[in-house]
Amino acid sequence: MLRIAFERQLVQINDEILLLGSMVEQSILSAVDALKRRDVVRARQIYQHDTEINEKRFAIENAILITIATQQPIAHDLRKLTANLEIITELERMGDYAKGIAKVIIKLGDQPIPIPYNELGRMGEKAVSMLHRALSAFIAEDVNQASTIPTEDDEVDTLYNTVHHMMVKEMIANPEIIDHANQVMWVAHNLERAADRVTNICERTVFIATGELLEIEPSDDEEEVSS
Amino acid sequence: MINYEPNTPNLSDANHNILEVKNVSMYYGSFRAVKDLNLKIQPNKITAIIGPSGCGKSTVLRAFNRMNDFVRGYHLEGEICFHNQNLYAPEVDPVQVRKMIGMVFQKPNPFPKSIYENVAWGARINGIPGNMDDIVEQTLRQAALWDEVKDDLRKSALALSGGQQQRLCIARALAVKPEIILMDEPCSALDPIATLKIEDLMRELSVNYTIIIVTHNMQQAARASDYTAFFTMDPDRAGVMVEFDTTTNIFTNPHDKRTEDYISGRFG
Repeated sequence: MLRIAFERQLVQINDEILLLGSMVEQSILSAVDALKRRDVVRARQIYQHDTEINEKRFAIENAILITIATQQPIAHDLRKLTANLEIITELERMGDYAKGIAKVIIKLGDQPIPIPYNELGRMGEKAVSMLHRALSAFIAEDVNQASTIPTEDDEVDTLYNTVHHMMVKEMIANPEIIDHANQVMWVAHNLERAADRVTNICERTVFIATGELLEIEPSDDEEEVSS
Repeated sequence: MINYEPNTPNLSDANHNILEVKNVSMYYGSFRAVKDLNLKIQPNKITAIIGPSGCGKSTVLRAFNRMNDFVRGYHLEGEICFHNQNLYAPEVDPVQVRKMIGMVFQKPNPFPKSIYENVAWGARINGIPGNMDDIVEQTLRQAALWDEVKDDLRKSALALSGGQQQRLCIARALAVKPEIILMDEPCSALDPIATLKIEDLMRELSVNYTIIIVTHNMQQAARASDYTAFFTMDPDRAGVMVEFDTTTNIFTNPHDKRTEDYISGRFG
């Protein structure tokens, strides 16, 4: 095999992306769990963890830029490396959503407020499950799997709408909690957006494998949210 | 909307071909160097031929203006048509072919004469009409060399830098008023700046000329050409064309794995 050093760099970048992905998965699950426990200490740890996620993202970006500059990748290699730049950006943003949830936990403190833990827990688990399988499809360059995962986003959207309606009802019944209930809606929003970003990762996987840039699941989420 | 597709002609636009290779095999004695080649070259485009050493790239390029005729034991089967005229038909004069289809070689090879005489020579022996001073100036301008040499036209061509010598050789080829310019690794002896100047020049020349270039420099093919043909060697060591497509497709999403392996440096 030729280009052993280049191959090694590509493998290392893949490994680092998987590591970044697992850091993000952990952050999201941890944020949802900390909300359930109203654990402010853990929320502060998630803040710290997000800094590590950001640093990891920049380190990978730097490695990709050096590889592009020194190895002149073309065709599949070039698609892979440029898609990797997109994917690490998506992962970093997903980490930011977890951080956003941590921020809500800190804001809520121990305020007594009805929180739909069940729905939010399911949203978090679903988003993380989608992310985990999307990263497997990315490594295997499995077009079929990458094309299928985004269809699961509907389930997250439905849960989001449920939480939205529940919280609106609570606000109407008890206007005093509007500020805090609004924070809970932001948690659902962040989890819904996290699942959306899995779709972007899947689209990049299809691009790496086929060279086709396409939108797998045209999103009309914004309309649903505002309806 | 960004439309960044500088070199993306459409293959389906190929209604007219200036050169068409039909079922061509080429032999050196009993050794078949190139087999079963079919290829269409479009006018006013730059076509790059790439592939590993020994795959027949230069043999194919030299076949386009019958330069292989000088090689003992060489013969060609099939047809290479220039404006639908088979260049290998018995009535065709190879000298006329080379007038219409010029060549620039790997190493700059100016004559040991003045800059002026190098350009005037081709025009003179081919009886190109007009004022010779005007022809020389116009041709040197076309070759993007005029500004650098206008005050030294009587200086020896050998005093020029390698890049300037190569542009002088291009000017010498242009002075004969060809339709096609063949380039056999024209930048392999040049530094990166001189290389980029030749590539810019190729792009300008393609407005009036058809250019076919053999290059080992993958990035050069990607940067400078409209179409790319990838050749490789079959197990019987005969050169074959694996894939021909727009340069954009070849370098972003080639269809054949052998092309992908070669351009990404995994083979060859």
